[in-house]
Order: sequence, then structure tokens, then C-alpha cells
Amino acid sequence: MTELPNSTERKMGLVIDLDTCVGCHACVISCKGWNTENYGAPLSDQDPYGADPSGTFLNRVHSFEVQPKPCGSEPAPAAQLIHFPKSCLHCEDAPCVTVCPTGASYKRVEDGIVLVNEDNCIGCGLCAWSCPYGARELDLAAGVMKKCTLCVDRIYNDNLPEEDRIPSCVRTCPAGARHFGDLGDPNSDVSKLVAERDGMDLMPEMGTKPVNKYLPPRPKDQMEDQIDILAPLLAPVAEEPGGFMGWLDKALDKLPGQTSGGSN
Amino acid sequence: MTHQQPIIDTSPKVSDEVRQTTCYMCACRCGINVHMKDGKVAYIEGNRDHPVNKGVLCAKGSAGIMQVNAPSRLKAPMKRVGPRGSGEFEEISWEEALDIAADRLGPIRKKNPEKLAFFTGRDQSQSFTGFWAQNFGTQNYAAHGGFCSVNMAAAGIYTMGGAFWEFGQPDWDHTKLFMLFGVAEDHDSNPIKAGLGKIKARGAKVIGVNPIRSGYNAIADEWVGITPGTDGLFILSLIHVLMKAGKIDLDYLSRYTNAPVLVNATEGPEQGLFLRDDDDKPLVIDRNTGKLTAFDKPGVRPDLSAVHTVDGVTHRPVFHQMAERYLSEEYAPEAIADKCGIPAKRIRAIAGEIARVAFDEAFELDQEWTDFRGEKHSKMIGRPVSMHSMRGVSAHANGFQTCRALHVLQILLGTVEVPGGFRFKPPYPKPVEAHPKPHCGVKPDCALDGPHLGFVRGPDDLLLKEDGSPARIDKAFTWENPMSSHGLMHMVISNAHAGNPYKIDTLFMYMANMSWNSSMNTRGVIDMLTDKDENGDYVIPNIIYSDAYSSEMVAYADLILPDTTYLERHDCISLLDRPICEADGAADAIRWPVIEPDRDVRGFQTVLVQLANKLKLPGFTNEDGSAKFQDYADYIVNHERKPGIGPLAGFRGKDGDQAGRGEVNPDQLDKYIENGGFFVEHIEPEASYYKPWNNAYQDWAVGMGIYDSPQPYLFQLYVEPMRKFQLAAEGHGERQPPEHLRERIKATMDPLPIWYDTDQTGNEGYTVNALTQRPMAMYHSWGSQNAWLRQLHGRNPLYVPTKLMRDNQLQDGDWAKVSSPHGEITVPVMEMAALNDNTVWTWNAIGKRKGAWALEEDAPEATKGFLLNHLIHELLPPKGDGLRWANSDPITGQAAWFDLKVKIEKVGAPDDLAESQPALPPIKSPVGTGPEELKWKVGK
Repeated sequence: MTELPNSTERKMGLVIDLDTCVGCHACVISCKGWNTENYGAPLSDQDPYGADPSGTFLNRVHSFEVQPKPCGSEPAPAAQLIHFPKSCLHCEDAPCVTVCPTGASYKRVEDGIVLVNEDNCIGCGLCAWSCPYGARELDLAAGVMKKCTLCVDRIYNDNLPEEDRIPSCVRTCPAGARHFGDLGDPNSDVSKLVAERDGMDLMPEMGTKPVNKYLPPRPKDQMEDQIDILAPLLAPVAEEPGGFMGWLDKALDKLPGQTSGGSN
Repeated sequence: MTHQQPIIDTSPKVSDEVRQTTCYMCACRCGINVHMKDGKVAYIEGNRDHPVNKGVLCAKGSAGIMQVNAPSRLKAPMKRVGPRGSGEFEEISWEEALDIAADRLGPIRKKNPEKLAFFTGRDQSQSFTGFWAQNFGTQNYAAHGGFCSVNMAAAGIYTMGGAFWEFGQPDWDHTKLFMLFGVAEDHDSNPIKAGLGKIKARGAKVIGVNPIRSGYNAIADEWVGITPGTDGLFILSLIHVLMKAGKIDLDYLSRYTNAPVLVNATEGPEQGLFLRDDDDKPLVIDRNTGKLTAFDKPGVRPDLSAVHTVDGVTHRPVFHQMAERYLSEEYAPEAIADKCGIPAKRIRAIAGEIARVAFDEAFELDQEWTDFRGEKHSKMIGRPVSMHSMRGVSAHANGFQTCRALHVLQILLGTVEVPGGFRFKPPYPKPVEAHPKPHCGVKPDCALDGPHLGFVRGPDDLLLKEDGSPARIDKAFTWENPMSSHGLMHMVISNAHAGNPYKIDTLFMYMANMSWNSSMNTRGVIDMLTDKDENGDYVIPNIIYSDAYSSEMVAYADLILPDTTYLERHDCISLLDRPICEADGAADAIRWPVIEPDRDVRGFQTVLVQLANKLKLPGFTNEDGSAKFQDYADYIVNHERKPGIGPLAGFRGKDGDQAGRGEVNPDQLDKYIENGGFFVEHIEPEASYYKPWNNAYQDWAVGMGIYDSPQPYLFQLYVEPMRKFQLAAEGHGERQPPEHLRERIKATMDPLPIWYDTDQTGNEGYTVNALTQRPMAMYHSWGSQNAWLRQLHGRNPLYVPTKLMRDNQLQDGDWAKVSSPHGEITVPVMEMAALNDNTVWTWNAIGKRKGAWALEEDAPEATKGFLLNHLIHELLPPKGDGLRWANSDPITGQAAWFDLKVKIEKVGAPDDLAESQPALPPIKSPVGTGPEELKWKVGK
């Protein structure tokens, strides 16, 4: 089996904002496009125009509903739909690495990225089995394991302008719901964002210590509870019918630049 | 094994070359970087410098590579050799194809040009296709707006001289409350996603009003799961509460809207019309002097309150009528809560939050500006409430009035064209008066007398023949739908088939899947396209169709003109049409062939130029009879609409240094390519807000050629042209509506927004609302067969709310019969909790016909996929009055897709059914099917 490095110099990863992700799948397809053309074997598609199209993706968006429980005698609050993008979380204790029989799976010392050396991969699938997140996919055409590389061939790439040295999914996300940086540095933008928004680990109970973090959706559907705060704003300007026009005249007089009221 | 890691190349070469062009995977028109390797497309990403997407790109855009290699691409021109619908074609040369078309169209033009109906679907070159049709001489031209969102467009233009669509945007940098009504994932999609991200990052609030909590609504902080079709009532209730509390912007209303304009209040032929001076300018009372004056005179402070009586005729300001109407308790939250499905308390809470943000969080920008009355302002006042809406509230028979109500709400709050509110993008704002009227002057062998589409100002502008019958095949601009500014593409086939108002010879269509998801009553439309008369001839004699792909429509045409993909062609995204501007600048763009086609196909616009040359159409022909343009690229550069104004605004003049106006620059396209495929001219900060009234903006717009003189105007809370139609219905004026339409015109053409329930006659027993939307990864895309995108959205169950699932003992994967008065379908269901209790919905246009789009016949799109279109008819159920009424908005004719009501019943065990019903027989594919595996890597 394969050993993890004792520590990594940086912990590069993604921070994904579930309060902002609209589930548009831009990240999914941008990732597919970049990684088909770049690192290792292309991400193939089986039966692409047939009954059961099934391709290799390194990043997928799952959508699920949340039904909040009723509180007291009030009816249950409205259900919510969460869009949940998921790719390799580049765990500190990555079980997919330690389970690898050939050393093909490894975690990089310099940045913590978990990669597969396709030359050594025998396609046994043990790593996919051991990953609690289902983040690895065996490419059926190439017979090797594919996974998120955090765009290791972009983030240091001298052939790209500096601003483009970020993962393809982050560069393309229209809503800006994906952030990239060093989560090992408490002063990095991503670490600050995680601190500010109570960023979470995915399934911490698995003990994998994922590097990627998720920002939870903000509480929703709270406005009705604020009606008492907002009510004074809506106090009628006049109670009697016809009173509105009286208010209007007074209000118009108060407008800047009015010299007098008048009607004829 | 101890830790070891291989040395990898982290700086591989990315591509040989980057070619920058414009995406066409939907209507958003983002800038893209196409990375090339070995002359092939290797990777597509967003262009960071582009005004629309600023580097980001959606799933459709990134999947463009699968569109360019799609097996469904048509390969060569074809003529039909079997019966219509059989899919039997023979490939022919372009020479033969153009000859066939010209031989057919030439005699039509010589004899009666109206026998050609030319309708374009997902066309992004309407200023060109319209120019072609105008020079051909037929009045029968439009694009697909009539079945899409014309309510939103027309309501916006008539009310405030600009609409949502992609023609404006919330002030994302300053807004603090964003309200979104209905499904709106259809237009301006990346800018809206980016805007949502921006305001979310600031912690600003989003309120989503939509029966379905998906997409943008999924991230809304507040979700209002409204009953479909009641948005207008909800909005009028918000107006009621805000007006009653005085939470409206009186200063803004008096200065910039027609709230103070005096309206004749005395019964008679002038009732409801504006009091005007000799220059036809609406009059107001100046609050400073108490005198009557034109609204735009220097120093005038229009009074919202004063009444003016002269010669026994009383004139009251528009605002009086508004107060009278909207302060009525019929709009109180308690009165409308049940109808809208929103508790009264919640309506009040939302109104309170709007009031709080608009007024308590108002702010100022330190920016001087001068208004059209000559008054200097030291600051710009921000009201940080913004709103957006598109197809959702639009596609109802009360959609026009609902869209109007929404704009009136924005205007009452003073949140249009101010910091933090809604902002126009050039060429908007542009008042109705600056838009053309529609034209129908047809003469044999001549060009039409003006543009086809426009904005009517009253009954005199309707397109009627001398006998009062409709001039256009789609009956646009008639008493049935007077303000149908985008035409009615969805009525063309059924009207042509019925020979009502007349028969046509040739139906010519582009990118419009009318025999499938773009028609109501799909099965019926197929029958109309294949129906023969007593002589055995097709009732619609000749159909020419252009598409890049093997869509369902191909089999129903006689002649196919295969288009290129978007990376193989020239295009211009023009200020004459639907440009890519931003609120802070005018912008346009091009497409250019970043690869050459590997098939015998031609860009459709180039084919139109070639056809025009064969037919020697004016506008395309020099005085000596030679052709003006060789192809579309030639037209883009050399065509001038007016001297100095052409399809592209950038790099004009000999040296390419002029913007907006300037003589033709033969190197213009190269300049665009050098500049990344687009052009932007920014607006100075002084001109950036208050555009309809801002002298600096007006002068800038004139300089850019957007109009020829400054056009300041008032927002039209009260739309006088609508009142003119009512007056006709009341019996005034020479042009009179037919008797059966009088009452409807009186009721619906109200010049102040109203809400009415859509006609439920014949819907007894059908009580469940049924809606469709398209997934964000496919909206407005011609690529739902795309190998990557279909893996995201290859199935479309009917989503059913929890309550209806329980009531009907349904479980996920069960099948249900869904019926309407028009038909029934049998489809798989899936539960969705975040959904209005009495609404079902599905993804539109996932369902495909067997044999189309190069998919295998057992593809889920063709077996389980389905269309709700089978349940929707272009006519309402018979009412027993001997007439058939259109299933559309009575003002604009917009197709009322979202008025559908259904009944849902569980059927069979899942094993009994393998396919959704109705299952239409396969059509023969002209292109075969795709490969069994894809490993698309073009580099080494």
C-alpha cells in the first residue's frame, strides 16, 4: 500500500459556496473540457448518443431537497433545493492513496494535491471504493482512474497569464461560487472566507480531513418573522378616504425646490 | 510503499493559438477564447475582456466543442424525394438548391410577395433577416419573440422605453434587495449569475417569486411559491400597501414620469387622453406657478395633485387615477392572499422590506448631472431595490398587464435608472416614439414600405387590409392582439393551413423547430405540415428550411439549406438589433470562422445574400444590376442603414478610429478580431444614470448614432395608446373593432395596469397548473443533443409536489396520465417538495423524436422524454359562442404557454409502460447516428 507524505508545504484546495451555487453545471463542463484535452488520458464518453450515455467527469453537481421540520404548531417551513458540486477534496488523510497497491495514487508534498500517476495505475478501482465521497471515476476507454487534479497543469503553468493560473472550474463559475487557494495558510483569502462564513468539512466523521471546504447556505425564509420590525414602515399616511390627497399635498410641499403649493 | 511522487510537467503548452469569437450556444452571446491545436478546436473558455461574461462561461459555452463535432450536423443541401415527414431526401449541390429556391421565390415576388412567409426562430441576425424580407417585399416576417417573451419586451418599451431581457440590468454594484419574478434563466444568463454572486458576496437579499424553487430561486433568501398567473395581482397588492404608506418616490414621479400629466376626465371621444399643447406635448400644472405648461419646460415642477378645468372639461393628473385605483381595498393583501397562495402577513413583510431598503437605505453618489429641463443636480440618489423578470410572468394571457404592473412598481419606488436600481443598456432607453411603427405596404416586385415590426400608437397603426381583414399571415397588429410587436410565429402554420386570413405559397424558416417543441399542439402542427388538398397537393405548398442540425423540423421541409455551426461563420451582434451592451457602455461583436466547415454547408445569412443576388433584390443590388455584397461578411462591413451607420459600430472610418458613426472601413472585421471579437465604447460617469433625462447621456447617444437628436421622455405609468384602443371599442373613431372583440378590448386594454384571471372556460375539472422551463445548461440552446450536456439533463420526469403525489398515491418512477381539455400524455413522475402545492412542471425540449438529432432510437430523450406541448393548443377550448379564441395575450398575442391547467392520474404499474405517450413514429435520419464512444483529444 502507499504512504502519504508526513506533511505538505501548502494545502491547496477549493472553497465552494452553497449559498451562491445556482446549479448551472458550468464547472462540470469546463472541467470536462480542460481535462479531456490535458492531464493524462481524455475523459471518455460511452454511448454518448445512445440509451445510456455515461462519461467520465471529475466534478459533478448533485441537487437535493431539504425539508425543514415543523416547529411547534406552525406548518413546516418551505422546502429548499441545494445544489452541491462535488469533486476530490484532496484529503489530508486520503484513504484513496493509502489503499493504492501500486503507488499510482499519491499526495504531493508541495501543495497537497492528490493525483494519479496513470502510468502506474492498473485500474483496480480500490481507490474509488475507499473514497467516501465517490470522487474518483474509472475511465472505461483508458482503463485508468481519473480524478480532480486541481488543474495542476494550470495553476503553475507559465504558458497561462497569471490570473488564469487557477482551476478551470473556478475560472468559469459564473456566480463566483468557487474559490481556490491555500487552506493551510490562515491568512489566505480562502481561509478568511471559511472563518467568516463558518465553512464546513464534508463528512468529517470519516476522518479523512478534507482540504476542500463548503460554505453553508445562509438561513432562508426569515422575512415573515420580521413583520413586527417592518410594520411601522407601512403605517398608512391617512385613515380616512380622501386623506391620501391631503397627505400628498403636504408631501409635495416638502420636496426640494418647491416654492409653493398650488392648484387651480 | 514509502511516499514517492513522479516529476510531472506543470507547464504544458496550452494551445497553438487562441481565436476569440462570440458564443452561440444560447442567447447570451458571451465572448469566448477558442484554443486551437493542429488547426482543430481543443478547448473553449470565456474571454476575460468581454463585456458580457468577463471571462466566465456556462456549461453550454464550454460544451461548444461537442456542438462543433456533433453527428447531427447536416452535411449538404437536400431536396425532399419522399412524402413530407418521411425524411427521404436527396443531397444536391448548392447551385441546384439556390436555383430551386430562386425559381420558387422569383415568381412570388413578381406577383404577390405576401405569399412568402419568412419566419426565423433562434435568429441572432434579425436586423439582417428583416432587411432581406423587407427588400423581398413581404410583410410576413418575424422572429420567435411572439411565442417567447414579447409581453416583457412590449410592456417595457411602452412603459419605460426599455425592457428587461438583456436590454437592461440591475445595478449589481449597489443594489441591496433584488427581486426576481418567474423563470428568468432564459436571457442574460451569465451576467445574472455573476450579479447574483456579487450581491450574495455582499450579503444583499434576494427574493424569488416563482412556483418552482429551482435555479436562481434555489439560492433566493426568500422564496415566494406563488400560484402561476397571479404575479400581477401580488404586485398590485405591493403597490397598494406601498402607496397607502406613502412609500413612493414623489419627487421622481413628478419629474420623470407621466404621473402629473393631465388626463381628460370627461366622457366623450377625448376621455382618457392627455391634454396636449400645439406641439403635441403633454401638459402638466407647474407647482411653482400653478399654471398649465408643457412637461419639459425649463424649471417646471410638475404637480401630482392639481386638477385643471377648462371649458367645463376636467383634467386630472394620472396620479389621481392611480391613487383611486390602487388604494382600493380590493388590492389589500388580505383580499388577494388566497388567490396568490401567499399569506397576507408575508405580502406585508415583503412590502415592508422593499420600503425599508428603498427609503431607509437610500444613498447618494457624488456625481453631478444635468437633466433635460436644464436643472443641475449635485448628486445621484440611489434607491437600492432592483427587479428582474422574464419568460415566467410573461407567458400568460394576462402577461402584458403583469409586466406593466411590475414596471409601475419599480417606477413608483423611483428605482429605474438610478444607482442601486434597474439600469438600461444602450441602445435603450428609447421611447416608443423613437421606434418604428409596423408596416405592411406590399406591392409586386417592390420592397416593403418600411420595417415589419414596431410599436403601434393607436388603431390607425393596425395592419389591416381595406376590408378590415388582417394584413399579416400571423394576424399581428390586429384587433385580436393590437400591440403584437414581435409578430406571432406560433400562429403562422395554423393560419397558413387554414388559409385564414389567406393562403401562402412558401413557408421559409430558420432555426425554428415548429414540428416539435416550438409549437403548441405538436401533433396537430405535424398534420398541418403534411396535409394535402383535394388535388393531392400540400395545403402549405412549399417549405424551405435552414438549420445546422438534424432537428425534428427537417423532415417537414421540401428544401434544406444546411447552416454552419457557430465557429464556422461570420455574424454580427449589432446595435441595430440586439447588441451586447452593458449599462456603462455600448458594445457589439462579431463571429468569424475560427475553423472552416468540413461539410458542404454555408452560413444561412450568406445564403440569403446569394439568394438576394439571384433575385436581384433592391438593397442588395447596385444601379448597374451588379451585386452589392458577395456574402454576409461583405454585408456586415459595407452595408449602411443610414449614411455612416452600419451593422457594426466599432472601428468605423478610413482609419478605423471612429465609433458609432463613420464611413465604411474595409478592415473593420480584422480590427474586431484584433480586439478580441468585440468593441466597447464606454459612457462617462456623468451620463451613467438617469439616462432618459440626462443631457450628457442623450448627447452621447446621438453621437453614437443611437438616435439623431436627443429624445428625453417621461416614463409612461399610464399608456395612452392603450386608451386609444379602448376609445375605439367604446365606439369612437373611424376604425372600429369587430363586435365580438369590443368588450374584451375595453376590459383588457386598460391604460393603467390591471390583473385579470385568464379564461378558464372549458377547463372544468382541470385544476393543476402545469409549467415548463429549460435547465440552465440548455436554455436557448440548439444543443440539447450535445454529448456532454445530455449527460446532465437527459431525462425529464414530471415534477409533482408532495401533496399531489400523496393525493394520487404516486411514488417516484410511477407513471401518470396528464390530461388537458386538448389531449393527454403518459409520463414518469418524480416528487419535488420545493414546489407550489398545485403546480407540476417538467424540463422543456428534453424529449426528442426518434430519428432526430442523430440520437439512437432508444435514447431516453426519445423513449421517456416528453413534451407538454401535446396538452397545449393554440386555441382555447370552444366557448359555445361559435368562435375560437386564441390561447394568447389579448394585447400582444404572446403565446400563453403557462396558462395550462391539467388533471393528473396514476396509471399502470411501472413495468407496463416503457415509453412516454404519445410515442410518435421514428423519422428517417438524414445523418445517421453518432459514434459509440468519444475520446475527444485533438492534441498529443
